[in-house]
Amino acid sequence: MTGLHSHRYYTSATMSPGYLGNYAPLLIHILVAMALAGVLLSLSALVGPHRPSREKAQAYECGMRPTGDARHPFDVKFYLVAILFILFDVEAIFFYPWAYVYRNLPRLFGFYEMLLYIGILLVGYIYLLKKGALDWNK
Amino acid sequence: MGDFLAANALLVIAIVKVVVVVFVLLTAVAYITWFERKVVAHMQGRWGPERVGPHGLLQPLADGAKFLFKEDPTPAGIDRFVYFLAPFLALSLALSTIAVIPLGPGQIELFGHRTWFSVAELNISLLVVFAITALSVYGVALAGWASNSKYPLLGGLRSSAQMLSYELSLTMSVVGIVLLTNTFSLRDIVEAQRGGVGRWFVIPQILGFVCFFISALAETNRVPFDLPEAETELVAGFHTEYASFKFAMFFMAEYAAMVTVSFMVAVLFFGGYFSPFPGTPAWHWTIYLPAAGGVIGGVLLLLHGLRYHTPLGRIVLPVAGLALTGVGVLCALAGVVEYIQGPFWLAAKVATVLFVYVWVRGTLPRFRYDQLMNFGWKFLLPLSLANLVITSLIVALMRPAQ
Repeated sequence: MTGLHSHRYYTSATMSPGYLGNYAPLLIHILVAMALAGVLLSLSALVGPHRPSREKAQAYECGMRPTGDARHPFDVKFYLVAILFILFDVEAIFFYPWAYVYRNLPRLFGFYEMLLYIGILLVGYIYLLKKGALDWNK
Repeated sequence: MGDFLAANALLVIAIVKVVVVVFVLLTAVAYITWFERKVVAHMQGRWGPERVGPHGLLQPLADGAKFLFKEDPTPAGIDRFVYFLAPFLALSLALSTIAVIPLGPGQIELFGHRTWFSVAELNISLLVVFAITALSVYGVALAGWASNSKYPLLGGLRSSAQMLSYELSLTMSVVGIVLLTNTFSLRDIVEAQRGGVGRWFVIPQILGFVCFFISALAETNRVPFDLPEAETELVAGFHTEYASFKFAMFFMAEYAAMVTVSFMVAVLFFGGYFSPFPGTPAWHWTIYLPAAGGVIGGVLLLLHGLRYHTPLGRIVLPVAGLALTGVGVLCALAGVVEYIQGPFWLAAKVATVLFVYVWVRGTLPRFRYDQLMNFGWKFLLPLSLANLVITSLIVALMRPAQ
């Protein structure tokens, strides 16, 4: 098992002193992107004109005076979608390590193992379907 | 200076690569807006941008200058910190993903050091891409919440729910590729597709490709899944209260995300930086295709430019044509021709995927929200699971018995 994957871990010696050094360019890239976004954000605030007025400060409601509070309660369905996402995404994450070692598992053993796991997942999925949790118009 | 270079060569190389990649990405983003307007216009029997520069080619610059010098009013009652954080997050995250994508084969020589043809070469680059793109929902959700206005709130909520729903099938549709390659490194995934069209993963993973591309359209809030900014019902959706360059940042973030997704499609399913032709000696002549494309395109542009109807166009277009011809000739030289293959084919594939993006926008109507949710949860999610099961079964059966 060790020999199979050894070529996939890059020998970092040719690139940087340590393994974590591989991540340094990614960090630099993210910092440059953030700096760029920050510069653009402040630049437009600096060079643009500033003529504030009460009307401009109003929230846009098609030209009418805004009525009531904008942060009104919203449908619980959005909350349900978020919870279902957490459930299914955590389950989906488990596919990744399984797929990574799949060829090193005994033939078909890995397949049946994952079929069992997907079966459990499907029971939950069918329950949601029957309960109507996935019907947006209910 | 020489001492500094020698001591910090790796740092300097990294910064040079980052700056070049970010600059190219931003230019590409600017010109994709022009490309999209032009293509959609021609699909609808219009001309599209024509006035600013020949063929409207300076339109992105004019737009950028206009955004910069517009007044930037901040509405009353906003959550000030989050209101400014949202476009910042959206843009910086959208520009970051490209760092881990392999842009060409092997290593190149830079300041006497050999370095990979990508900004950061990681063995988990696939996971890094998913990690960063998953964060992009924050920009939209925070913008909707911070604006203290009804349309952005609705747009932000819709968008968050949509992006979460389609992220599931996006994540699961790639498991098939990991099953075939047993790696999380995008470079290894590309290397596994060496040898022409027949080895591309789009053939064994056609279901995965369909799931991935549709989910990616939804993830980037593009037509037919652009409900977060459905202008007929929500004005402009989550960025209604954003003006001037803060609006432009959301715009740039959307297009940068499109470019990233196109790179991912090319890398995962269409052989990345490899040419579509097999590497046998009979196909060796294809390495001169980039050069031929540059020369032919350049000469056509030159001839067209000489007959253009504005004086500026009669100068700019022939010069651009000559430059393109020159680049084409340069690409035929020994020593350059090998280096240009990877970036050329990758760029060609990315451009094709981007065209499909625009094509879809010019063709399809928008989904209704319940249709969108049903499609994601009841069709794409089971389909990507089925793709996973089928792929793993085939991989297991194809394996020689131990």
